[in-house]
Amino acid sequence: MTNFIFGRYLPLNSIVHRLDPRSKLLLSFCYLIVVFLANSWLSYAILVGFTLAAILSSKISLGFFLKGLRPMLWLIAFTVVVQLLFSPAGGHVYFHWTILNITQAGLVNSGVIFIRFLLIIMMSTLLTLSTQPLDIATGLSSLMKPLRWVRIPVDTLAMMLAIALRFVPTLMDEATKIMNAQRARGVDFGEGGLIKQAKSFIPLMVPLFMSAFNRAEDLSTAMEARGYRDSEHRSQYRILTWQRRDTMTWLVFLMVVAAMLATRRW
Amino acid sequence: MAITFEHVGYTYQAGTPMATPALSDISFTVPDHGYLAIIGHTGSGKSTLIQQINALLKPTTGKITVDGFTITPQTTNADLKPLRRHVGMVFQFPESQLFEETIQRDIAFGPQNFGVSEAEANQRALEMLRTVGLDESFAKRSPFELSGGQMRRVAIAGVLAMQPKVLILDEPTAGLDPQGRLEMMTLFNRLHQEQGLTIILVTHQMEDVATYADEVAVMQAGKLLTCATPQEVFSDPAWVQSSDIAVPRAAKFAQRLGERGVKWDQLPLTADQLADQLVRQWPGTGAKHD
Ligand SMILES: Nc1ncnc2c1ncn2[C@@H]1O[C@H](COP(=O)(O)OP(=O)(O)OP(=O)(O)O)[C@@H](O)[C@H]1O
Ligand SMILES: [Mg+2]
Repeated sequence: MTNFIFGRYLPLNSIVHRLDPRSKLLLSFCYLIVVFLANSWLSYAILVGFTLAAILSSKISLGFFLKGLRPMLWLIAFTVVVQLLFSPAGGHVYFHWTILNITQAGLVNSGVIFIRFLLIIMMSTLLTLSTQPLDIATGLSSLMKPLRWVRIPVDTLAMMLAIALRFVPTLMDEATKIMNAQRARGVDFGEGGLIKQAKSFIPLMVPLFMSAFNRAEDLSTAMEARGYRDSEHRSQYRILTWQRRDTMTWLVFLMVVAAMLATRRW
Repeated sequence: MAITFEHVGYTYQAGTPMATPALSDISFTVPDHGYLAIIGHTGSGKSTLIQQINALLKPTTGKITVDGFTITPQTTNADLKPLRRHVGMVFQFPESQLFEETIQRDIAFGPQNFGVSEAEANQRALEMLRTVGLDESFAKRSPFELSGGQMRRVAIAGVLAMQPKVLILDEPTAGLDPQGRLEMMTLFNRLHQEQGLTIILVTHQMEDVATYADEVAVMQAGKLLTCATPQEVFSDPAWVQSSDIAVPRAAKFAQRLGERGVKWDQLPLTADQLADQLVRQWPGTGAKHD
């Protein structure tokens, strides 16, 4: 649990940290599209370069980043292997057994999937590592503001999101504490057969849910006691302002997109 | 079981940018059948320290010996079950560990994990229920419909049912009523006296330290300031002042009297000791009450 960095915030002082959360969110979203548009090796090389540059300018050490990606490796490996074995025929066939084929097209495909996966995970990890959860929530609600016109309760959704994000670390801590208490009572987490492992999660999940429900109840009581009312227009403590560095970042990004489009196969 | 710490250090999330050093260079020994109290300011590392003893946290440097077991940074999870069987741990707010449908099954959970048969574990559960001051009518009820104090007792019973040889208690009476607090502390002391359990008690109650502990370890900012008898620790007002700890109320009272000229053979730490010495100094005054 401790080396799982996806979804955590790392307080540092870098330009990436100081960017407007709205700009980071939008950038990440556009980046997602761009990653799927790229198709030639050169266009991928450009994106890899951009990603590395973004990580470097966030002052987060690359080693820490890579170590944190390790838990994701299984997911990536699984996808790549499936892609490799079950891909359609095409090009040279290297290996064939019943329904399993390893073809040249399959190799290329899985290589592409691998790079896409890696780039997207790296960028979204960078987003969460460099942005406080509350800022993400504020940014999202600000971006969703237009949806008010179609009667979507943006403020309430943002509040829910902020609370959910706020309680992720609390619940993680709670889970660690409960696991320790049950370990001391002789539970082995992550050992033994599948059934035994599944069973060992009951002593963790029951208390965790209990405490989550209690917390939710306490929190809602406390909020109502302090006059929180749903769906009332409320002002914000954190005011987001667009800075020069946001404009600059977007210019750099647009240049990268242009370079990617120029080197892509059409 | 005797417990020895040799130059133990611990860092949370070692090797990451979030690394937080929590313990450094801790060395001390608790003899077999000893009663050690650990005190110190909040955040000084008490909870971190005790979790090293059954290897829930493994030291980043140094070595811990618990009877035959040795815990080093290299210790793997596979070898730990025999150790955890003998080291019972009552966490801060242990009621969060309850999960079973009935109280009896929850108390029997620990022993069963360590290979005790279901029948015997259930038997022990009933026994422990009585030991912690709840009667058998509770056995079939759900642990979630109890009051906070009752849940605490059930959780403690769940640890005692494992019949550990070392009992580690992390602020076990925090949030209990005075009567319940006294009952729990008396129970732990009885286990210590009658069954020879080694007890390690983390507490903010200096009265409990003075009344029950043989030795007291004082923690400050991850370091062990001293490990000595309560008498030695509390007798030096200047030192106590400088290390963020309080003295028992009786001792404070005695020190005040000392400033006004009363002489003590040995600074009284508990109300009983204080009364005894006062009676001895002014014979006749206490006789009527006998
Ligand atoms: N899971 C954790 N991750 C990082 N740091 C931690 C973690 N748990 C504790 N710490 C840090 O380690 C230090 C010691 O914490 P510990 O819980 O041992 O204190 P304590 O003496 O038990 O305090 P209290 O009297 O409040 O229970 C604190 O500075 C705390 O911030
Ligand atoms: Mg503590």
